[in-house]
Amino acid sequence: MVTVEFAASLRHHVECAPQSVAPGTLRDVLEGALRAAPALAHYVFDDQRAVRKHVAVFVNGQIVPERVHLTQWLGAGDRVLVIQALTGG
Amino acid sequence: MMPTLLVATRKGLFAVQGDGANWNIASHYFAGEPVTQVLADRRDGSWYAALRLGHFGVKLHKSSDQGQSWQEMAAPAFPVKPTEGPWADDPTPWSVDLIWSLAAGGAHERGTLWAGCLPAGLFKSEDGGASWTLNQPLWEEPRRRAWLGGGYDHAGIHSILVDPRDPLHITLGISCGGVWQTRDGGASWSLTASGMKADYLPPENADDGNAQDPHCLVQCAAQPDMLWVQHHCGIYRSTNGGKQWQAIAAPAPSGFGFAVACDPHNPQRAWFVPAQADVCRIPVAGRMVVTRTDDGGASFQVLSEGLPQSQAYHLVYRHGLDVTRDGQTLALASTTGGLWLSADAGLGWQCLSHDLPPVAAVRFTD
Repeated sequence: MVTVEFAASLRHHVECAPQSVAPGTLRDVLEGALRAAPALAHYVFDDQRAVRKHVAVFVNGQIVPERVHLTQWLGAGDRVLVIQALTGG
Repeated sequence: MMPTLLVATRKGLFAVQGDGANWNIASHYFAGEPVTQVLADRRDGSWYAALRLGHFGVKLHKSSDQGQSWQEMAAPAFPVKPTEGPWADDPTPWSVDLIWSLAAGGAHERGTLWAGCLPAGLFKSEDGGASWTLNQPLWEEPRRRAWLGGGYDHAGIHSILVDPRDPLHITLGISCGGVWQTRDGGASWSLTASGMKADYLPPENADDGNAQDPHCLVQCAAQPDMLWVQHHCGIYRSTNGGKQWQAIAAPAPSGFGFAVACDPHNPQRAWFVPAQADVCRIPVAGRMVVTRTDDGGASFQVLSEGLPQSQAYHLVYRHGLDVTRDGQTLALASTTGGLWLSADAGLGWQCLSHDLPPVAAVRFTD
């Protein structure tokens, strides 16, 4: 299984415990994790279902720069972390 | 019962309550979060607050108990952008960046709401904000391609006027896309900016209605054919429901500004908050004033009692001025955190705070 965790800055708005979902593309994995908290999806994705530009997705500690297609394949044991990018004031 | 004033700011929503003469900030909601617009729905007493989270997009919250509790609702969102057809190459992002305006539908259309956004999509809810649908006829209007950004990168809808006589008749102010009206509830739209002039364009294009920059648009409740506009290039008035606009001679100290409010009962009275010029967005000579006309724009009074008259650099945005339904109490708030109220139709002002976050909108609840 793939684990997906959302940072506290996101859980501040919509609570979502760490999720364990089946292997698949990063898109499949994120969408699968967000089924536990559908209201969180609009915080992670924009209207076109791309990762928001001020949200950062890491896979096993490596940032994923591609935001639209999310075709990277994830297997058992992979870890996904969704955080906010450091902007604002 | 006195109305509550809702103040949408860069760092949360404030509720201000008073007894007519004395007002106090009573509550603070969404502390630290940018609130871009607020709506108090007179049909059922609901409050709506639009948020623009820096990282996580636009959100909409609703309270059915005057702020005691809030529920996150659906936010307006664009449909999937087509990959073929006339809009496949649309350079405008199909993603809501800002809820710039919120309006209740007709008095008998309980639950119907309108949201004007940046980029300039108009959305409708028929279930009190539980779901939203993009108005396709306006979004697919071919002339949208020529709309311009103003203070933002893209055009946006900041004014939504629902005709109190007929909720199918709606007038929009778009920066920079002119004034648009529908008489069939949004099935079709007409550009109605005739008479406006854009002096920021080449002279041969100045009359182009589709390129006008109305900063704010208001309508007299008692005589809805009377509309006022604070335009980028001055003040305009229409006496025939927006079919034609007449330029009003710039009053002292300036005809430039963003905000306008009009008397709900007296079609000849309106208030404006002047700034020096588009290239210098501060009060003229550091003196903050409100101008008021009582004769349809033929003449103006300069009202300053209680407003800072020296070294004042407040700018009032387009939604930073509001008036109660009796036309007597006004609220005024600035991007530099000043908030003032007037109990006598603008003649004198009481400062409530110099220290608020930048204010996007003030709205009386009743």
